[in-house]
Amino acid sequence: MNLKLPLLTLILLALSWFTPASARLNIEITGGLEGGIPIAIVPFAPPDGAALPEDIAAIVTADLGRTGLFSTMPRDKMTQFPNNGKDIDFTHWRAQAMDNIVVGRILPDARQGAGGYQIEFQLFDSSRRSQLSGFSFQANNNTLRLVAHQISDIIYKQLTGVRGSFNTHISYIMAEDVITDKRLYRLAVADSDGFNEKIVLTSKHPLMSPAWSPNGKQLAYVSFEEGRSMIYLQELATGKRQLIASYPGINSAPRWSPDSKRLAMALSRDGNSEIYTLTLDSKKLERVTNSYAIDTEPDWHPSGKSLLFTSDRGGGPQIYTIGIDANGAAIGQPQRITFEGKYNARGTFSPDGNLIAFIHGRDNSYRVAVQDLQRGTMRILTKSYLDESPSFSANGIMLIYATEHNHRGVLSSVSVDGRASTRLNVTRGDVREPAWSPYLLPESQGN
Amino acid sequence: MKYLKTLVLITLFASFATGMVGCSSDPEVRDDEQAQMEAEAAARAEAERLARERQQAMSDAATVGSAAYAKKIEAMLSDPSSPLSNHVFYFPYDSAEVSSGDREIIGAHAEFLASHPEIMVTVEGHADERGTREYNLALGERRAMAVEMLLKVQGAADKQLQMVSFGEERPVALGNDEQAWSLNRRVELIYSGY
Repeated sequence: MNLKLPLLTLILLALSWFTPASARLNIEITGGLEGGIPIAIVPFAPPDGAALPEDIAAIVTADLGRTGLFSTMPRDKMTQFPNNGKDIDFTHWRAQAMDNIVVGRILPDARQGAGGYQIEFQLFDSSRRSQLSGFSFQANNNTLRLVAHQISDIIYKQLTGVRGSFNTHISYIMAEDVITDKRLYRLAVADSDGFNEKIVLTSKHPLMSPAWSPNGKQLAYVSFEEGRSMIYLQELATGKRQLIASYPGINSAPRWSPDSKRLAMALSRDGNSEIYTLTLDSKKLERVTNSYAIDTEPDWHPSGKSLLFTSDRGGGPQIYTIGIDANGAAIGQPQRITFEGKYNARGTFSPDGNLIAFIHGRDNSYRVAVQDLQRGTMRILTKSYLDESPSFSANGIMLIYATEHNHRGVLSSVSVDGRASTRLNVTRGDVREPAWSPYLLPESQGN
Repeated sequence: MKYLKTLVLITLFASFATGMVGCSSDPEVRDDEQAQMEAEAAARAEAERLARERQQAMSDAATVGSAAYAKKIEAMLSDPSSPLSNHVFYFPYDSAEVSSGDREIIGAHAEFLASHPEIMVTVEGHADERGTREYNLALGERRAMAVEMLLKVQGAADKQLQMVSFGEERPVALGNDEQAWSLNRRVELIYSGY
């Protein structure tokens, strides 16, 4: 057996940009996971029997489970706990129908001083009795979760052929006491599983519509701090803010163009809500739509050559697309692309541009739906009643969205095939308007 | 708190409306034309009353900007027997259509603004939680625009009016039912400048 353990150098994300807050979110699987790729992730051996603040195997198990593509073995069903490839009894795992086994160990790392670890893991195919992947990471107590998500990314890529997007962030808005004078709104960023929540901005006035820059280093959002909606940009590393749109009327729904040069947005400066593009360098504004209807909620096609948006020009809200030229101006007339039902809004393109996800309203329920743009077929993914703001993961296999649970706003994720859904719980306030970040690191060896 | 305030306002308005019916009831059967003439006469009387109050306000030496003047305006805007005490208007789902009852009340506000050119009003549009947030922000604005337009055509000046939409971000009632939703689909008039 050939144990290959190439050393992955960790590129640590600049985490100094936020004031830390305790993790307020945790995971609850709400959908079934049968029929996925069987995998057992055995608890990693701790260093010299000492307890770690994070359970790496549990984080990896949860990551893979949320995709709906894996059937993960519950820990209480395990009777053997190997932590090195040479100790695996393959016959035992094959008898459990576990085609894939992950083992790992955490060792003290003297090179990093006290609190430093070396984390090694190996992925095995139990029927071929062969190692598929094996890596070693350096970590400390603050980066254990990050390493766990990187391990998930490597396993995901190895077994599905698709790049993993576990090591990404989500941004969202939290609101408290909205009907009293104590109302408080927070803009937060957390890991893709809802842990490591950090507060980016706190305000007594509503915050809305966070949107990631394509490089993952800035957020655009709407703040009412001046008494009405205006669009701001904020650098996460420095906290530096810039007021970017304060036209008369509403300034709403910012979305970065894929080349980072422009923001699409909804403004009512010319009478009612219309779509515009704003070139960030020149501050040149191009009006994209022109109708008496509400036009809002733009999103860029990944090519940057068209926008979708919500319009009620046909009566109720429906999704339309329009071509955009190299200067950010409109080409041709808008084309309607949603036809099922009376309420389809807040569309977003999948990263490959083949699907749109949106909110489909019907009989007082508002649910996440996806539509195949080639075939035109629509599929409702959720069973809840008040869903909002679907946002694709960087690899397009999952969506995060906001919904109501026990009269509170919560975040949930759902796989694009609708098979697995996971609720991210909150301990206080309403959580809403999630936006999933792009990849934050270049694709590294193995993932 | 605000929820309670809204309920109080509704109750006040309801008793006011009932009172009106009582005062103007007539044993004779009236046709629509006559009712309309009476309504117009009532509106004229109301306009004259407002003008008298305005005159009174001036002669009381409560000059614009003084504390006494502010108190006077405050009293006019909260007098439960005046339509001006109603400054919240409700809307059907995904609609910016102002009810005929609200049109009359908005007319009284327009007259008040026309006769008090120093007073400003913010027209605040809101939506219920259903549907998407950014669409609802635009829907709140559409409702505010409908009310602003009625104020304008009935005499309020552009410079007195400010419009803002909060979409579904500033509800007055919590709850995922029609009772809460109907209270949240609203336009509020918020006076300032006195």
